[in-house]
Amino acid sequence: MNRSASSTTDVVDKQSHPMSDLLRMDRMPHIWCSGCGLGTTLTCFIMAVRESGIDEKKIAVVSGIGCSGRVAGYINLDSFHTTHGRAIPFATGLALANPELRVVVYSGDGDLVAIGGNHFIHAARRNMDILVICVNNFNYGMTGGQAGPTTPVSARATTAPYGNYEYPFNIPYLSIASGATYVARWTALHMRRLKNSIAEALPKKGFRVIEIICPCPTAFARRNRLGTGLDLMKYYHDNSIIKHGADPREADIGMTGKIIVGKFLDIERPTFRDFLVENVWPKIGRK
Amino acid sequence: MAEDRRVLTGEHFMSGDHACAEGGLAAGCSFFAGYPITPSTEIAERMSERLPEVGGMFIQMEDELGSMNAILGAAWGGWKSMTCTSGPGFSLMMENLGLGIVLETPTVLVNIQRGGPSTGLPTLPGQADMMQARWGSHGDYEIIALAPNSPQEIFDLTVRAFNLAEEFRTPVLVMSDECVGHMTEKVVIPPKDELEITPRRYTKKKPGEYLPFDFGEDEIPEMVTAGDGYRIHITGLTHDRRGYPVINAEAQDWMVRHLINKILKNKHRIIQLEEINLSDAEVVLVSYGISSRVAHRAMDLAREDGIKAGMLRLITVWPFCDEKIRELAERVKAFVTVEMNMGQVALEVERCACGKAGTYLVPHAGGEVHNPDDIYQVIKEAAK
Ligand code: SF4
Repeated sequence: MNRSASSTTDVVDKQSHPMSDLLRMDRMPHIWCSGCGLGTTLTCFIMAVRESGIDEKKIAVVSGIGCSGRVAGYINLDSFHTTHGRAIPFATGLALANPELRVVVYSGDGDLVAIGGNHFIHAARRNMDILVICVNNFNYGMTGGQAGPTTPVSARATTAPYGNYEYPFNIPYLSIASGATYVARWTALHMRRLKNSIAEALPKKGFRVIEIICPCPTAFARRNRLGTGLDLMKYYHDNSIIKHGADPREADIGMTGKIIVGKFLDIERPTFRDFLVENVWPKIGRK
Repeated sequence: MAEDRRVLTGEHFMSGDHACAEGGLAAGCSFFAGYPITPSTEIAERMSERLPEVGGMFIQMEDELGSMNAILGAAWGGWKSMTCTSGPGFSLMMENLGLGIVLETPTVLVNIQRGGPSTGLPTLPGQADMMQARWGSHGDYEIIALAPNSPQEIFDLTVRAFNLAEEFRTPVLVMSDECVGHMTEKVVIPPKDELEITPRRYTKKKPGEYLPFDFGEDEIPEMVTAGDGYRIHITGLTHDRRGYPVINAEAQDWMVRHLINKILKNKHRIIQLEEINLSDAEVVLVSYGISSRVAHRAMDLAREDGIKAGMLRLITVWPFCDEKIRELAERVKAFVTVEMNMGQVALEVERCACGKAGTYLVPHAGGEVHNPDDIYQVIKEAAK
């Protein structure tokens, strides 16, 4: 946070960055570690926003707390950095009050499915008009690498020094079981597919979840001797299996083994607002 | 059609909870998010029926954490919003009441107080959340809290809470209690054009010029709505005028002082008190909410017996009326605070009286209102 501008940023013209229109260049340099996958996910998001052709004024980003939660601070759109776990209910109010907005919740796995887990499943159940981009780095990176709701069994973390002994959430399975209508998973390696997936999901209605498996070299990888960010990208390359329409029950992620990626679900079902407009409002003569 | 139903002008026989909901609607509330909890549930129920017919939206959230956040989101989406709760629900809302304060978001939170701690007395009254209202979220800040003592007044003060929220760009608390919430009395709702409604103070500045936490002499920043092209960033982190996080002691000092000054500099616009028989009073009852109605009876008993008792009724409890208590302390014998807790606002009275007048408390752990005789006994003691 407190880093003063480094010499490189003094030399490089900030405005010349190819994404400077959608980044808050006055907040650079960002706080993310080198080798972290978060920047890549944000690049994909920005490319998808441009590709979608949606009026940028009408896109709002809401984040919770954590490394991923900092996206709200860097993206040059209306953006809200809320409290830990509460991005989804904040986004719920925002989306309901202003239906013209495309509301994106951009946050981490710990934020969204641990402390915010209750909000996540209920927003999915309601099929609220929110696109959730859940960056999964398998631990709490910002606070130094504690075990979280997605930490694989046996992985080491600062609060699991003998190896994690809890079962992790499988986010696509959780999302689908809770009622989400669009569910995909990619890794930070799958840039083009991830960008396409975001561009596809952004204009849709309902509760959409895109999980991004993301290298955290500083906390998770280091403690588990998984190598650098590049080593993790190689691992994703060698071990990801693209399987659209896969059974989400088979998409668990362990310390070793394959990572199933792809689009698990893409269906339509009335959203919270649809239901009100179609079934409730006619009863009281409201259009 | 829809807007016609917003203000139910006329005379009603109405419960406090329903009057509260009507106050919100009359003030322009279009969004309610809540979670059922006794004894505030009737507000949510009324809102679920009434909001859709006036063009608004009701959502029952999964918990009070969600409710508090949803009303903040809705406020930034351009709507006036509110929630209500009681007991444990109020505790759950504290985290994001703090977010509302730091994001300087206009919204209204109603607490129909019941007996605590914990699950306590779900169906019976209490006033023991007054200090929680003041200090409940972590960190330093000032809060606005109003305390109605009748269904009519909860209507009036809910309207006022919305107005203050817009005027000062901050969450405002209505701290009522089970008795007022569940009591049914006459409520007069004025014609729409006689209601004073404060609109949102939208900026006239253009995108690029506007900063979400910039303010002038009065310390009150202007609002925008998401989607209007301002590309705002707001954060619960300590931030500067742009809304950008700045993590150091200097920024913290600037922001916290601003949050405090915004309320304290404008106290005169916020504090509302009712003074009864104070001109010759020797003993001053200090009370609020339902307790003030019992205290009033005790004051009458004392007057009948020739004791010069008066009452200062706190309609605004926070910010506290320091100056008024100080001024009275110069000339009265004693204060007797009557509240349905073991001594919360009494501490403030004692602080401001500063030893210049006696300070007495008639405590009550909650579950029922005071017995006027108990209050009267303390008045007699204080008058000695
Ligand atoms: S701690 Fe991990 S997730 Fe956070 S910025 Fe560093 S590498 Fe990325």
